[in-house]
Amino acid sequence: MLRLPRFDVQEPASVAEALEALARHGDRAKVIAGGTDLLPNLKHRLAAPAVLVSLARLDELKAVRVEADGTLVLGAMVSLDAAGAHAEVLRRAPALALAARQVSGPQLRRMGTVGGNVLLDTRCRYINQTHFWRKALGFCLKKDGTVCHVVSGGSRCVAAASNDTAPALLTLGASLSLRRADGERTVKVEDFFHADGTANTRLAPGELLVAVRVPAQRAGHRGAYVKLRSRESIDFPQLGVAARVDVEGGAVVDADVALVALQARPVRLKGVADLLRGRREGEAALETAIEQAGARAYQQCHPMPNVPGDHEYRHEMVPVYVRRALKAALGSA
Amino acid sequence: MAARDKHGSGPPHGGAFSVIGQPARKPDGLAKATGEALYTDDLALPGMLHAKTLRSTVPHARLKRVDVSRARALPGVLAVITGADLPEKYGVIPWTQDETALAVDKVRFIGDPVAAVAAVDEDTAVDALELIEVEYEPLHAFLDPREALSRAEPRIHEDKKDNVTKHVRLEFGDVDGGLAKADVVVEGEYSFQGTTHAAIEPHCAVARVSGDGLLTVWSSTQITHYLHRALAKVLGLPEARIRVVQPALGGAFGGKSDPFSLEFCVAKLALLTGRPVKMLWTREEVFYSHRGRHPMQMKYRTGATKDGKLTSVDAKILIDGGAYTSFGLVTTYYAGQLLTGPYDFPAYRFDSTRVFTNKPPCGPKRGHGSVQPRFAFEVQLDEVAEKLALDPIEIRRKNYQGAFTTTVNGQRITSSGFGQCLDAVEKASHWKARHGRLPFGHGLGVAGSMYISGTNYPVYPNELPQAGIQLKVDRSGLITVFTGGNDIGQGSNTVVRAIVAEELGVELDAVRVVAADTDLCPVDLGAYSSRVTFMVGNACIDACRKMRAQVTQALAEKWGVEPSRVALVKGEALEAGGEERRLPVREAFQLAEARFDTLGATGSYNTPKLGGDYRGGTIGASPAYSFTAHVAEVVVDLETGRVSPERIWVAHDCGRALNPVIVAGQMEGSAYMGAAEAVLEEHQIDHRGLVVGPNLLDYPIPTSLDTPELHSLIVESVDPEGPYGAKEAGEGPLHPAIPAIANAVFDAVGIRLRELPLTPARVLKALKEKRARDDAAGLKVAGGK
Ligand SMILES: Cc1cc2nc3c(=O)[nH]c(=O)nc-3n(C[C@H](O)[C@H](O)[C@H](O)COP(=O)(O)OP(=O)(O)OC[C@H]3O[C@@H](n4cnc5c(N)ncnc54)[C@H](O)[C@@H]3O)c2cc1C
Ligand code: SF4
Repeated sequence: MLRLPRFDVQEPASVAEALEALARHGDRAKVIAGGTDLLPNLKHRLAAPAVLVSLARLDELKAVRVEADGTLVLGAMVSLDAAGAHAEVLRRAPALALAARQVSGPQLRRMGTVGGNVLLDTRCRYINQTHFWRKALGFCLKKDGTVCHVVSGGSRCVAAASNDTAPALLTLGASLSLRRADGERTVKVEDFFHADGTANTRLAPGELLVAVRVPAQRAGHRGAYVKLRSRESIDFPQLGVAARVDVEGGAVVDADVALVALQARPVRLKGVADLLRGRREGEAALETAIEQAGARAYQQCHPMPNVPGDHEYRHEMVPVYVRRALKAALGSA
Repeated sequence: MAARDKHGSGPPHGGAFSVIGQPARKPDGLAKATGEALYTDDLALPGMLHAKTLRSTVPHARLKRVDVSRARALPGVLAVITGADLPEKYGVIPWTQDETALAVDKVRFIGDPVAAVAAVDEDTAVDALELIEVEYEPLHAFLDPREALSRAEPRIHEDKKDNVTKHVRLEFGDVDGGLAKADVVVEGEYSFQGTTHAAIEPHCAVARVSGDGLLTVWSSTQITHYLHRALAKVLGLPEARIRVVQPALGGAFGGKSDPFSLEFCVAKLALLTGRPVKMLWTREEVFYSHRGRHPMQMKYRTGATKDGKLTSVDAKILIDGGAYTSFGLVTTYYAGQLLTGPYDFPAYRFDSTRVFTNKPPCGPKRGHGSVQPRFAFEVQLDEVAEKLALDPIEIRRKNYQGAFTTTVNGQRITSSGFGQCLDAVEKASHWKARHGRLPFGHGLGVAGSMYISGTNYPVYPNELPQAGIQLKVDRSGLITVFTGGNDIGQGSNTVVRAIVAEELGVELDAVRVVAADTDLCPVDLGAYSSRVTFMVGNACIDACRKMRAQVTQALAEKWGVEPSRVALVKGEALEAGGEERRLPVREAFQLAEARFDTLGATGSYNTPKLGGDYRGGTIGASPAYSFTAHVAEVVVDLETGRVSPERIWVAHDCGRALNPVIVAGQMEGSAYMGAAEAVLEEHQIDHRGLVVGPNLLDYPIPTSLDTPELHSLIVESVDPEGPYGAKEAGEGPLHPAIPAIANAVFDAVGIRLRELPLTPARVLKALKEKRARDDAAGLKVAGGK
């Protein structure tokens, strides 16, 4: 078995204690939630923190609740398994529940958390490998090296955002509650990620993600998440597509599509709402609009050979999965 | 002279079997399910050190300098060894020994072992590896087998004249004439991608040297005996000072049938330090040690008459061997020799070449050497059927060679239930009503195959038995049976236990099996070539019949009846007919002990003389062949190109199912593994010589959700020479899986894919090309009107 590097583990009993520990240890520390992303990365020597600050005992982060205005709030430590099965999540944010259900396999969904999924490190076929393998290959920009094996001559890491929940949260207009020893802030998911594979979020040093906030959706809200992968379980997305379609009186009033596993951040498809708005269910024009959304996605999205799977094939799958996501959302009523 | 086919295929006392043929749990099943079973890595000995291997980061290079001084100086490090400490070559086949435990002068692939460290714990050993300095002088790396074939320099093995491991060309009958007179000839190129075993348990070995100088090596091996010999050779120790033990084993599939670097390293490190040493490989290291199924590029030409009778088959095969020979000599022969059943080939030629490349070495994987050619040929046979507008099952039936015959290359076929296998899958899949009639995107495909039940070719030439058994019968009624057979999960200990219980009339739990320990057990050559049930089973019957004769004679004398009237069944000795006297079998054993002295018996097995009278004619010559037919049902997603095998019907002629649950388990496991190789798995090496993603996330093995519904249909032809008529069931049932799926894809969407695996990208591309062709044809037709 691969060995973990040596580190200390601290298990604070409250968010305040956790923040204090993070402030004290600075960049020597890392947060560990379920550990299902962090620990393999440590085994691969992608980081060597001296201290892990565990959130395991923070029961205050393990609840799902609905606020008076209908906002759905998931604590960062809610497991993916719980999120995917929760009645309120299924009802208010079906795309999120479906995304959570498609992460990895059952064991990892019980350990893995919603917060950890939002903060999942970017992935690349050349980086999620052992130290030995990366050494034989030649280290890359993301860790220990100066070149990129995906984009030759590239100066920026394009490892892919690979978290299934991210595109769902984008389409839901969700935001994140972040807390630091000296204050707190709320950031919209669409502003949280940026296109740098070495570190694709705007989480500040010493900051904790405490909750994911999904605003109340329209009455006719429908959503779905579909995922391209080689197996029916365990695998990270080679392409993930979330769709939201709001239908009122049989007609589409708004729509949104977001994708993951393309580049360092999840991306929103432009112009979907314009294509679908006003189209009525059961009419050919809606079908045509869905086709057009697929075609547009094909033009806007250009998968790179960063994650496993032939990238040209993944490109061909973009319209297929966009269509499937939209149809699944429409059919979910 | 070792015994063979003299026991017949019936129960020991006439009448019906009482244990054989019954579904029974494996003796170790519960322990494995509960976690109680002790695997090699579960061994923890006092003072034990942990060892790690430093591996080459380059695919082909001369070693200019290996400096271990800094590693040796690290506190906690007890010993560091390099190629100079273990320079003796080894290899499973005596005349192609080309491996050393650690690189000597050269490295030949990324992952080739260079040095090993023993330290107080794994972390210290890992740290020490970082302190070893290696200087490489890079050499041209061969990554394409075609280049290795055409270019002799630089040589990967300098004592060879070029980069070819082995070339075999054999011709039987008039091949060109057969092709010339054929009404239809189909020609095609096929390629197999290379796959690995992915056994759950990674390789592990532990060594200890005791005060009296005995070296014990526990290892996750499927060839205790060959490992024993190899350790003696490499370490320069007499075999009698070495003991090799195989603890519980978590899967092997051929991936543990070579002696491996770690076994020599732990032994050497234990000898140097005087302390026990363990080495457990990481999953990545297992991918480097590999010995997986060879990539093959295959050209086939098949001729047939109008009514579908084969006239001639011509094959040319290029085998990518990787850096070392392993079983490569045998692979090169098996690729050709094992294709000549279940169909009658009037004429056959194969030209098969294995080359070295700078990649992890290939070796035997379940269905060694013959799975790839079987894919090519069974797809080609379907193409012949298509050309002749024949039903794919019909063409197979038409060419079936039957039982008790000799193949074109001189192999003796005894029992064969292939015809029944075809009938069974045809019926179960509702083939007649469904083949060619399912909606577009859904299809059925068929394929057949044959495989060996062991071979009469021991890897080192000798006149000794291939399998031996020793029995100890205790006054308590307990029987301990000692077998050299390696139970690697396939159930060989279960078979041995059942045979003893059947023969000596005891309950299953009155039989204790002691296996795969060279100090305690008589030699068996190991778990490979599907030889264990056949050979160990026959040896076991042999020993039991000798024992039984003593027990029945002692009783017969006491009762004053003929020994043939005494039966031993399920814990009792009884008189058949007559006064119907009965006695607990335990008391019968005591009578026998009093009459004959301490009870024990040995038994053995050796094959009869077999095989064609030509060089290589004995390779692939088996005392009995198993036969299989599959029908696979697939769904092809027309938008994504994904092929989902939905159901597989597997009919397998195993001679006699000694334990039907285990036979069905092997059939299901085989079909599962084959289906994965058809649509999912690929042991891929990139242009730098690096294994692409050497881990079980990048190398996807099917989860339960990806597994088709599997239907096992057992066919029993009762072989005259097998133990109670049994033949193999562990490897044969894999063969048709891949071509049956490929043929089902043709039925579903009309495309012939000749390159594996059938990835969605490949399928989608072929679908597009077909659409373009169909459109063009449609236009032509339309334009012509
Ligand atoms: C075999 C395998 C398959 C997988 N397949 C998928 C898949 O298909 N899809 C997918 O999306 N993921 C997949 N994963 C990744 C992972 O399991 C999930 O993304 C999971 O949600 C991560 O959550 P966690 O709690 O385990 O995160 P951790 O590993 O504990 O943390 C992940 C990162 O987030 C940080 N972090 C976690 N929580 C907080 C917080 N509250 N505040 C601040 N920082 C925090 C950690 O420091 C770390 O950097 C897979 C993992 C494995 C091992
Ligand atoms: S995208 Fe380039 S830099 Fe980033 S991890 Fe992959 S190879 Fe390294």
